[in-house]
This record gives sequence, structure tokens and C-alpha cells, in this order.
Amino acid sequence: MGGKSDIRLIDENGIRIDGRRRDEMRPVRIEAGVLKRADGSAYLEWGDNKVIAAVYGPREVHPKHLQETNRAIVQYYYAMAPFSVDDRKRPGPDRRSTEISKISAEALENVIFVEQFPRTTIDVYVTVLQASAGTRCAALTAASVAVADAGIPMRDLVAACAAGKVEDQVVLDLVKEEDNFGQADMPIAIVPKTGEIVLMQMDGHMTLDEIDEAMDMAIKACYDIYEIQKEALWKKYERLAEEEVV
Amino acid sequence: MRREIVSRLRKEYIASILAKGERMDGRRLDESRSINIQFNVTGSAEGSARVQIGKTDVIVGVKMGVGTPYPDSPESGVLSTNAELSPIAAPNFETGPPREDAIELARVTDRAIRESGAVDFDSLCITPGEEVWMLFIDIQPVDYDGNLFDAAEIGALAALMSAKIPYSRMEEGAEDKPLPVRCFPVSITAAKIGDSIVFDPNLDEEHLADARLTVGVDENGAVRAMQKGLSGGFTREEVGKIIRTAGVLGDERRRLLFEAAEEAGVPVPR
Repeated sequence: MGGKSDIRLIDENGIRIDGRRRDEMRPVRIEAGVLKRADGSAYLEWGDNKVIAAVYGPREVHPKHLQETNRAIVQYYYAMAPFSVDDRKRPGPDRRSTEISKISAEALENVIFVEQFPRTTIDVYVTVLQASAGTRCAALTAASVAVADAGIPMRDLVAACAAGKVEDQVVLDLVKEEDNFGQADMPIAIVPKTGEIVLMQMDGHMTLDEIDEAMDMAIKACYDIYEIQKEALWKKYERLAEEEVV
Repeated sequence: MRREIVSRLRKEYIASILAKGERMDGRRLDESRSINIQFNVTGSAEGSARVQIGKTDVIVGVKMGVGTPYPDSPESGVLSTNAELSPIAAPNFETGPPREDAIELARVTDRAIRESGAVDFDSLCITPGEEVWMLFIDIQPVDYDGNLFDAAEIGALAALMSAKIPYSRMEEGAEDKPLPVRCFPVSITAAKIGDSIVFDPNLDEEHLADARLTVGVDENGAVRAMQKGLSGGFTREEVGKIIRTAGVLGDERRRLLFEAAEEAGVPVPR
């Protein structure tokens, strides 16, 4: 946020640098059950973001002292592949990924019936293969499908999308240039059935009215994401059913 | 971090009076605990502050050194924020490298300070592309009774306000100059317990909290940073209400900060 640039991010017709309107999301495509060894998995493309998620569990907790006697713990590992960004990212967890992992685990915990699996862990691994802003939302959206694909009982999926501010206008789903040179970014994740907000961050500068507008925009987009998530899960079982017939 | 054990009786009692709109310590739901801010608590730091919010007690130090700028911003100083959750502050804090709680605390504090433009990083350039001032904010809680987020952030801001750029260390005879602070963001944290929203949660309330929201507001009422935590959710309306109340509480806390600064002879904006 807050960088300087001479690039016009929104032109006089209200069209953004990648051709989208203010309230338009990048195209999102999700495929469930893409990995063989994982209990559940998903692959997601969100504009130029490419993300893969694998889920294991409920399984035994290591180290043992992390286990909870009355519920499962959710461990989330967000990682960016070294080749996912322009300048190679040093592999391994850093402070940014640790924070993203923490709040994403908390968001998922909200929808997983953790109380049904005491003393176990549900491990969610998400790797960003190609990054163009909005990767924490893309990752959580994919992770949520992967958890469902693993057959882990859930109250609902979690759907995520960001809104922000670019050239004094509230916009949906910031792309890399907008994230770098824009004025604010606000990722949100909701539980669509209840409308509850389970992840929310913001940095930059927004007035109260702008925040209201951005929240409405992001929440509306989350419901569109939700449909794409459900579609991905349906498709997987349709595929399975066809294989059964043959 | 090991979890602390809280008796069920205590939890149930807190929840039962909250349902009536009351809190254990007699505060209103949207009332902050008393706050005490001291400046320049350590002479070895370029700037420092100690903040007590109720029984929560945090020391923040600012150190400055000369380093090389990032290649993509050759004329900007560098800010680095770190928090150390040492067993000094609570029996369940552990030694060792920062874990996720400490990292979150540091990053949320960092964002409020950085995104508001509180520090003019361009003014911290010494030789473009070669030498800039590095600014380190170190957060050291010494007593944890809930709401470290607010205490750390106001402490960081206070420490910055009292900081002097140590030119004398670079060049003999040079004079240290105050670090210019341009914006005064204040973090306000609310916790959701059942259906109640409480502001400035104490430790007991944090143990019971389902969800947490920290909002960084500046002196013009604009929001500069937000962070939602824990596994519970907020409704759209609750978030809107928290942001608006945060504006009011933020103004109040900023006023207390300026009063304390004035008393300590620390420069305050007019």
C-alpha cells in the first residue's frame, strides 16, 4: 500500500488496469480432488493466482502436547513457492505467512466440527504457485474446498474475497499493480450460510463510508465464490459417478 | 503457548453478567480501562514508553541504526517491529523465537503505524540507495492482563513521539533531532463473547472471547488497519458498530496520550 506510481490504475471510463469494472471479480476456477495422496485437495486459479491445497486428517497430533482433549486442532500452512513471485521468495515460513496461517486456521475452525474429533489434528497445506495479490483469499477459498473434499464434517464452506481502494475509488479484488500502488486492501472471509465474517484484515486508508461500501462489495463477491466452490465439489462427485458406471 | 486454565464457575459468572450488560470490573461494555502512559522509560533507547491499560503493562523501545535501504525504495528508511512474549508477563508465555501470537501482535502494531504514515520514511534517508535510518520498534509486555494489541500500539506510538534520531552517534558534535511523527493512529480492540461485544477486553474476557477485532483509527476518523482474530465470527452490523465505537474510543485515548506527552515535555501536534 501507499507506494508511488505514475501508472493510471483506473481510466476515465472507470475501467481498471486489467480491463475490469470497479465491482468486477477476476475469473475464478476451482477443481476439487486433484491430488492422489492427500485426504482432500483442491486446485484454484483466481486471475493470475494459482493455488494448490492439500488436507490430511483428522490424524494424530505431533508434537503430542499440542493436542486438545475435547476437540481437533486445525493447523494451516500457507506457503508461497519460491518461483511464485518476480523476485525469488526464500523458501520456508516467514512472519507474513505465519500470520496468514494463524488467521486462516481460525477462520476454518469456525466451520469444521472440531468437537467430533478430540485429540486429533486437521492439517491444511496451501501453496501459492503463482501470485498476483489476493493470495490469502485464494488460499483460504481453495483450502475450504479441500477440507470438504476430505470428507471432514463442516457447517459450511468459507468463502473469501478482498476489496480495497484505488485512486480514491472502492474496488473489488485488487490485482498486483493495484495492491502495490493502491490506497487500501481489505481481505474478508465469510460463512455464507450465516453471513458471519470469520476473517478480516485491512491496511491503508479508508473512511467509514468507504469501508461500508468495500464490505458490501466483498461480501457479495464471497457469495459468488461460494457458488463456484460448491460447483467444484459437485463436479468431483459427478466425475466419480461416471467412473463408477464405466 | 500453553493455554491458561480458567474455572468454569468464573466463565459462567462472567457470561451471565455480560448478558445483563455488566462486566466484572464494573465497566460499561464500550468502556476502556484506565490508561497510564510514561515516556522515556529507558535511556539506552532512542525513544521509549511504558503503557499500562488496567493491569496490562507493556514497555516499548525504539532503536535506530544506519543500514542499507531496500532496492525498491532506495530513499526510504526501514521499519521493523518485533514483540517478545516472554514469561516475564505471564506464566504460559514461553521463551524462544517468536511464535504466531507474538508475530501477529507485532504485525498488527506495525500495520497501524506504517499504513497511517505516522513516520515519514523519506525523511529517514541519509544517502539515497546507500544509507538510511533503520527504525526498530520492540514490544516487551511485562504484565499480561488482556488486550496487548492496544497497549502495544499506543506504546509504539508514544515511543516514536519521544524518539530522537541519534545524529550525534554518527558525527561528533552533531545534535540529535526529534523523530517527526505525522499521524497518530490508535488501535482499539473489541471482543465478542456470546452475543455481547466488549471493548478493551481484560484477561478473563479474552479467555472467553469467541472473536476479536482490532481497528486502527487516525485523528481524522479514517480507518488505517484492521485485524480480526479467533475462530468466532462477526456479523456485518457488529463490524460496522465496532468501527464506529473505535473512532470514539480512539479519540479519547489519543487525547490521553497527548496530555501525558505534554506533561512529559514530549512534542505534541498543535
